[in-house]
Amino acid sequence: MESPEKVNAQLPDLATAGVDDDAIEYLSRGKLIRRRFWRHRLARLGLPVLLALYMMAIFADFIAPYPAHTRLKGFKDAPPSVIHFGLDGNPFRPYVYARKRSFHPETFREIYTEQEDEKFPIHFFVRGERYEILGLFKLDLHLFGVDEGANITLFGTDSVSRDLFSRTVIAARVSLFVGLGGVAISFVLGCLIGGVSGYLGGIVDEVIQRIIDLLIAIPTLPLWMVLSAAIPREWPVEHTFFAITIVLSIVGWTGLARVVRGKLLSLRDLDFVVASKLCGGSDLYIITRHLLPNFASHLIVTLTLAIPGMILGETALSFIGIGMLEPGVSWGVLLQDTMNFGALVHQPWKLIPGVFIIVTILMFNFVGDGLRDAADPYSL
Amino acid sequence: MRAEPILKVEGLKKYFPLEKGFLRRVVGQVKAVDDVSLRIGAGETLGLVGESGSGKTTVGRCILRALEPTAGSIQFQIDDDLTVDMARIDRRELRALRRYANMIFQDPFYSLDPRWTILDIVGEPLKLAKLAAGAELEERVAHLMEVVGLEAKHLRRYPHAFSGGQRQRIGVARALATNPRLIIADEPVSALDVSTQAQILNLLSDLQSEFGLAYLFIAHDLSVVEHISDRVAVMYVGKLVEIAPKDQLFFFPKHPYTEALLSAVPTPNPDVERKRIILPGEIANPADPPAGCYFHPRCQYAQARCREEEPLLREINPGQWASCHFAEELELVGAPR
Repeated sequence: MESPEKVNAQLPDLATAGVDDDAIEYLSRGKLIRRRFWRHRLARLGLPVLLALYMMAIFADFIAPYPAHTRLKGFKDAPPSVIHFGLDGNPFRPYVYARKRSFHPETFREIYTEQEDEKFPIHFFVRGERYEILGLFKLDLHLFGVDEGANITLFGTDSVSRDLFSRTVIAARVSLFVGLGGVAISFVLGCLIGGVSGYLGGIVDEVIQRIIDLLIAIPTLPLWMVLSAAIPREWPVEHTFFAITIVLSIVGWTGLARVVRGKLLSLRDLDFVVASKLCGGSDLYIITRHLLPNFASHLIVTLTLAIPGMILGETALSFIGIGMLEPGVSWGVLLQDTMNFGALVHQPWKLIPGVFIIVTILMFNFVGDGLRDAADPYSL
Repeated sequence: MRAEPILKVEGLKKYFPLEKGFLRRVVGQVKAVDDVSLRIGAGETLGLVGESGSGKTTVGRCILRALEPTAGSIQFQIDDDLTVDMARIDRRELRALRRYANMIFQDPFYSLDPRWTILDIVGEPLKLAKLAAGAELEERVAHLMEVVGLEAKHLRRYPHAFSGGQRQRIGVARALATNPRLIIADEPVSALDVSTQAQILNLLSDLQSEFGLAYLFIAHDLSVVEHISDRVAVMYVGKLVEIAPKDQLFFFPKHPYTEALLSAVPTPNPDVERKRIILPGEIANPADPPAGCYFHPRCQYAQARCREEEPLLREINPGQWASCHFAEELELVGAPR
């Protein structure tokens, strides 16, 4: 992809060089959309970051040096490991020191000191715990790790001595995909109900709209709490995860249904739809060829902007203890560890999963913004 | 004008139910079009004028069944020996007949799908009528573009790249694509500026003589209609109040409403002193029209009879019909000669 500056710089040249202007006109709509999207600087940042985050979630077990529930004995509330460079004469070779725990004489809080005489090189592509990737391959390869005798905790450890980096990476799976799952269900519900409402009109429309009014009027958090309370505690983690996405989308579809209905109503009476009808277009033809293309872009934007809401919803539920619960891992669950004030003051690294949430939400919003700009048909 | 009309509309009615409350109880009817009858001959232009809200657009849309008429018959001669009633034909059969009539819309910005290229837009009627496809379609569309005065090389552009006047030409090209006999032009120039209006009007009359088109030309002002029409019909609150050959209507109007509209037509001669007739009040509410003649609350000639008895459309002079109780007595002022 050419950078936009380059494209802009080229345009006057083309004009003055007398190049046939057809070359510029004949860009397809897809190309135009891509070009416009790419011109949105924040979206250009957001898309790769999101892709990286999702790749991280998919290959979480490979990236994480430890499984989510492994306790590093004697390393409760340890701060992030410091990575040093320069080992065996190679200035770029990373290593960590082994750490020794002692207690503060007055507060009895853990103090970890690096043992400068025990250097442990960081190995890449090491064998470790076995895991499955996408439920297909069994592997025991990990991106990095250190030998027995020391440990590497990039984001520190939590209150029961588990590696926070590994947990954050693994939690991304639930947190990132709950948004997609929730939005997928909302999408189906929203399109279906909104479409019926807008297409049939009359009493059906009226009833559906009043139900939506009712759903929107119920405060989200109590509604989630009620629905979550219905999820049996003894369910396995995956079932809970699925139930949470459903809980989230039961509230989430209303906005989408409104959008679909509104768009359908506004487009249905436009002259170009009448024109198509007068040319002999059937209802199905008009819906698929005129109406859908004109609000598909709108839907995509709405969806992109709805995913952050779902992610935040899951985090909120898990944080207050009614969403995912231990042994499930999601960013909201990880943040439960920061509920007491002492943790915030003395173990600030426990907030790192929160940073991931913020970055994810921001990137989704950037990409949504970029898509909205790119998809607006009147400025294409 | 030939004796046999290609379009014969009899007693066309379109009522919109007024609904109220949660259960959509019908509490009244908006009589947007109430018993309209008109004829258009082959190659003829019938101008249809009236204020906004008079139901003229609804007439046009009912004739082409963009709206379902409430009652009436619409005899459309699609062929020299085949006439169909557009009001009764079922929707599937109707689709097969779409190629014989088409419409030009008022707003050139909403009448073209912003996501379609010009090739797709102008080619749509051809494609749907299965008259052309592929390279032949492209060729015919390119030809149509030239017919309406646009460059054929812009086929793959999107509507946003064109000006209002150019977009209207694209709309005309689409209406022409299947070689229809009848085109309903729904205020095709009201959204354009004056110089562009003239261009489009000239284009429409050129095309008429070239292809023998019949037009139902809907407009809200008489000066536009004067340019292009053979006959003119005037509508007020869903009813025709006068229909006559153009010159007859312009110079010898027989309905006070026509007179009032004519007084608003600008004259090129600044020395002519004219009295503008300013109609008091607003156009009557079609959901609750006044008793008697619908026009009486605004009519300067209204008498007791007008408040009670509804006038019927009757032939005053040969070819000139008006619905006024006093059509014969009143000395109405026409357009300045």
